[in-house]
Amino acid sequence: MTEHHVEIVLDGVSMTLEASPATSLLRAIRDAGHTEMQGACEQGECGSCTVVVDGRVQNACLTPAMSCESAVVETVASLLREDLAAAFVRNGAVQCGFCTPGFVVAAEEALAADRPLTAAEVRERLAGNVCRCTGYLGIIDAVLEVDRERRGAP
Amino acid sequence: MTATRTGHAHGVGSSVTRPDVGAKIAGTFEYSNDVRIPGMLFGATKRCPHAHARLIGLDASRALAHPGVVRVLTADDVPTANLLGHIISDQPVFVRDVSRCEGEAVAFVVATSQEAAWAALELVDVTWEVLPAVTTIDASIAGADAPLHPMGNVIRELHIERGDDFTADVIVEASWETGRQDQLFLAPESAVAYPTGDGGVTLILATQDLHTDQHQLCSVLGLPPDRVHLINSGIGGAFGGREDITLQAHLAIAALATGRPVKTTYRRGESFLAHPKRHPARLSYRVGATRDGDLRFVEARVDLDGGPYASTSQPVLGSACYFAAGPYRVPSVRVDGRVVRTNNPISGAMRGFGAVQACFGIESTLDLLADRLGIDPVALRRRNVLAEGDPFPTSGQIVRGQTPLVELIDACERLPYPQSDGDHPLQQPGGTGCTLMGARTRRGEGFALGVKNHMYGEGVREYSWASITLNRGGLIVSSSASECGQGILTVLTQVASDAFPGVPVTLASPSTYMKYSGSSSASRQSWMSGSAVLGATRLLRERLAERLGVDAVTIDDGLVVAGETRHRLDDVVGGDEITVEYEYEAPVTHRGVEQTGTGDVHVSWMFVAHKALVDVDPELGLCTIVGLATAQDVGRAINPREVRGQILGGIAQGIGLALNESLETRDGVSLNNSLTDYLVPTAADMPPVAIAMLEHPDPLSPLGIKGAGEPSSLSSTAAIAAAVRRASGREIRRVPIRPWDVIA
Repeated sequence: MTEHHVEIVLDGVSMTLEASPATSLLRAIRDAGHTEMQGACEQGECGSCTVVVDGRVQNACLTPAMSCESAVVETVASLLREDLAAAFVRNGAVQCGFCTPGFVVAAEEALAADRPLTAAEVRERLAGNVCRCTGYLGIIDAVLEVDRERRGAP
Repeated sequence: MTATRTGHAHGVGSSVTRPDVGAKIAGTFEYSNDVRIPGMLFGATKRCPHAHARLIGLDASRALAHPGVVRVLTADDVPTANLLGHIISDQPVFVRDVSRCEGEAVAFVVATSQEAAWAALELVDVTWEVLPAVTTIDASIAGADAPLHPMGNVIRELHIERGDDFTADVIVEASWETGRQDQLFLAPESAVAYPTGDGGVTLILATQDLHTDQHQLCSVLGLPPDRVHLINSGIGGAFGGREDITLQAHLAIAALATGRPVKTTYRRGESFLAHPKRHPARLSYRVGATRDGDLRFVEARVDLDGGPYASTSQPVLGSACYFAAGPYRVPSVRVDGRVVRTNNPISGAMRGFGAVQACFGIESTLDLLADRLGIDPVALRRRNVLAEGDPFPTSGQIVRGQTPLVELIDACERLPYPQSDGDHPLQQPGGTGCTLMGARTRRGEGFALGVKNHMYGEGVREYSWASITLNRGGLIVSSSASECGQGILTVLTQVASDAFPGVPVTLASPSTYMKYSGSSSASRQSWMSGSAVLGATRLLRERLAERLGVDAVTIDDGLVVAGETRHRLDDVVGGDEITVEYEYEAPVTHRGVEQTGTGDVHVSWMFVAHKALVDVDPELGLCTIVGLATAQDVGRAINPREVRGQILGGIAQGIGLALNESLETRDGVSLNNSLTDYLVPTAADMPPVAIAMLEHPDPLSPLGIKGAGEPSSLSSTAAIAAAVRRASGREIRRVPIRPWDVIA
C-alpha cells in the first residue's frame, strides 16, 4: 500500500510518520521507534495506547495516522508529572507495567476535572484502561492522593 | 496491616521500591515487543480455522509472490522432531496431517514487514477436510476407542482414597462447572530470534520458564543447549499463560532458515488461541456430615477439559484432585479425577492451577450442607478446618508448619468492608448504564476458604540456582527467574541486601546463559530463588572470611566486620572480584501411592479466606460487588506493598472468573476471542478490599515465607458466587455467573 508522510509534533518534537490509510497512529508512532505507547488489543478496549491528540484523549489504535496531519500528540513522555509518578510508586500501582503509560495519560485527564474527584469518579474515568496485575486499587488511590495534593487539600 | 519490623530500609520486610518501576511509569521499559534488531524480518502464523480438520493441501505460491515475502515455513521445515510439550511432547510445531483445535499453526510466513506478513496469510491456500469435533468431556471418554490423538483421549486419571466410611446423617449432592478463563496477560506474545555464528539461534522473548523453553527448542531444532539461548526481555504479565511454547519454535526455525533476525508479535485474537487457558471443569460432589456438622466424608468426581494437547494438564489435575476436599478434617475421602483430550482450545496453567476449580466445588457444596444442617456457613467451616497434626484430607499427609485456619476465618470475619463511595451509580448493578431503573437490589454475603500447595510437589525434584558476584561496585545477583511483573527481582534484591546491608545490589538480566532457577509459577519463586540467593550470601561471607583469614564476618553499613575490625569493601575485594553460586533444593515430595494417591505429595500449603458482599438486580441478573475482605497467611511478607499487589491482582482475576470471564466455544470454535467480547474487570468493577495479612513463618522455608501469588485467586471466586447465591436465591452451579443464572 502507498505510504504517505504525516507531519506531527510528538511530545514537543516535530517528526514525520509513514502511514498508509490503514495505519493507526499507534502503529505509525511505534514503527518510528517511539515505544512509550503499547497495544494490547488494537480495538480500543484496553487503553494501553491512551494518548492526547490536539488536547483530546483518545485511543491511538483507533486513530488513523493520516488523520493526524499537523497534530500535536502527547504521550506519557511529556505528560508524566513527578507527583503522579511518586504516587504510583508509593501505592503499588505498577507490576508488569504494560498498562502504566496509558493509565498515566488517563489519570492526568481525570485530574484535570474542575472539582475534587471522588473514588467512584476515578473508577469511572479509569474504566477505559485494563490492568491485569494490580487489581486497580493502587492506581485509584494514587490518583485520589494526587488530586488532593494538587488541590491543596490535606 | 503490617507488623513492626526490624531490619533495615532495603532488606526483607520493607516495602522497597521496585527497581523497574521508574522506567515502567515513564514508558521507557523495554518489553519483548519493543525489541528491534537491524535487518530483521517479520513473521505471521497461518492457523487452522476449524476445531478438527485434516490437512489436505497447502499451496504457498501466491503468498511467496506477494511483495516482501521471503519464506513460508511448514512442517517440512522443522529440522528434527515436529513435537513440543511442557511435560510430554505431543503437540506439533506445525500441523502435518491433522489439526486438533482452532488456531493450530500450519505455516509461518516471513516477510520484510509485519504488514506484508499479515497480508500474505490470506494468500497461503490451505485445504482442510473438516472432521467431527469432540467438544465435551463425555464425548471424549465415549470416543476413547477412536482417540483424537495417538496418545489416547485420557491425559491423566487420578484416584484418591482415604478411609472407608461413606455413610453420614446428612448427605448433600451437587455438580458444578467452571469456565475457560484466559490469563489475559496484557502484552501479547512477541519475540525476536536471530541466528548466531555457530549454527545456533538466540531468542529475546518473554517467558515464565527459560530453561523449559530451551529444552523443547533443542529437541525441535536438533541442537545442543549451548547453541540455543533465550534471553528474557520485559514481560508484560504472565499468570501461567507463558509457560508453554507458542511462537518460539516458529521464530527459531525461521531465523535459522533465513539467516536473518525474525520477529513476530501476536494480535489479541491470535493470543487467545495460541496459549493454553484455565481448564474448564465439571465437579460432582457428595458430602456427608453428622447432624452437628462434623464432616464425615467427601466424594468428588473431577473432570477437566484439557483440549487436544497435554501442556500442564497432568499436574493441574493433581492439584484439582488433591484440593477437592478443601482445607478440612475429613475421615473418608474419595476423589476420581481425569483430564481428557477434546478439540476445544488447549488448557494449561493459570494462577491457582486446578485448585481454583476445586475450591469453587467444595466451598459451594459446603454452603449447601450448611443450609441443610441449619448451621451458619462460617461456623461450619470453623468447626471442620485442619489444625496442626491433622492428616490432609486427600493425601493423608500430616499437616505441619503453620496452619492458622481458625485465625484466618476469625480475621476475615472481623474485617469491616471498606467504606464504599456513596450513591454513585457505579455502586449499583448495571453501573453507569443505570439499568436498575427502580428495581430493588438484593444483597448477599458469601464466605470461602482456599488452600493450595506452593511449589510443584508430587515427587518433582525441585531446585533453583543463583549466583552473586561481589566487586568494588557492590553485589551483582544473577538468577534465571522470570520477572513477569510479580516482583521477584525486588525480592531477590531485598534478600541480598538483607545479608549485605549498605552494599549496592544490581541484577543481571535473566537468560539461559545462567543455570536453572525454574519457572515463575506455582507460587514458588520467592521461596525457591529467594532461598538460593540467601544461600549464596552465606557462601559469599565465607569467602570474605577466608580472604581476611578469620572464622566469620558480618556486613554492617557497607563494611566487612571481622571481630573488632571494620574493613572497607574495596580493601577486601579490590580488583579481585568474588563470585559464588548456590543451588537451593526444596524439601522432597513424593508421588502418591498408586492405589490410593496418598502420601507426602506436597512441601506445605498456603491458606486464605475471602468474604464478599454483592448486590444483585433480580430483573436483569446483573451483579455488583459492594465490598471484599480477605485474610491470608503469607508466612513472612518480604515486601508488604508487593504482597498487597499480589492479593489485589488475584482478587481481580477471581472477580473475572466469578462474573465475566470465559472463552466460549461453539463446536469447538471460539466465539469471543477479543477484548470487546471477552470482558475483564476494570477499575469500575473492582470493589474496595480489606486485607488482613498474617505472618506465621513457614518452618520449612529458609526465609519463612509462604507463596503469595496464587491464594488470592483461589477462594475469591467461590466467595462471590456464594454471595450471589444468597442474594438471588438461585443455585449458581456455574462460574462465570450469567444473567440468566441470577434472574429471580
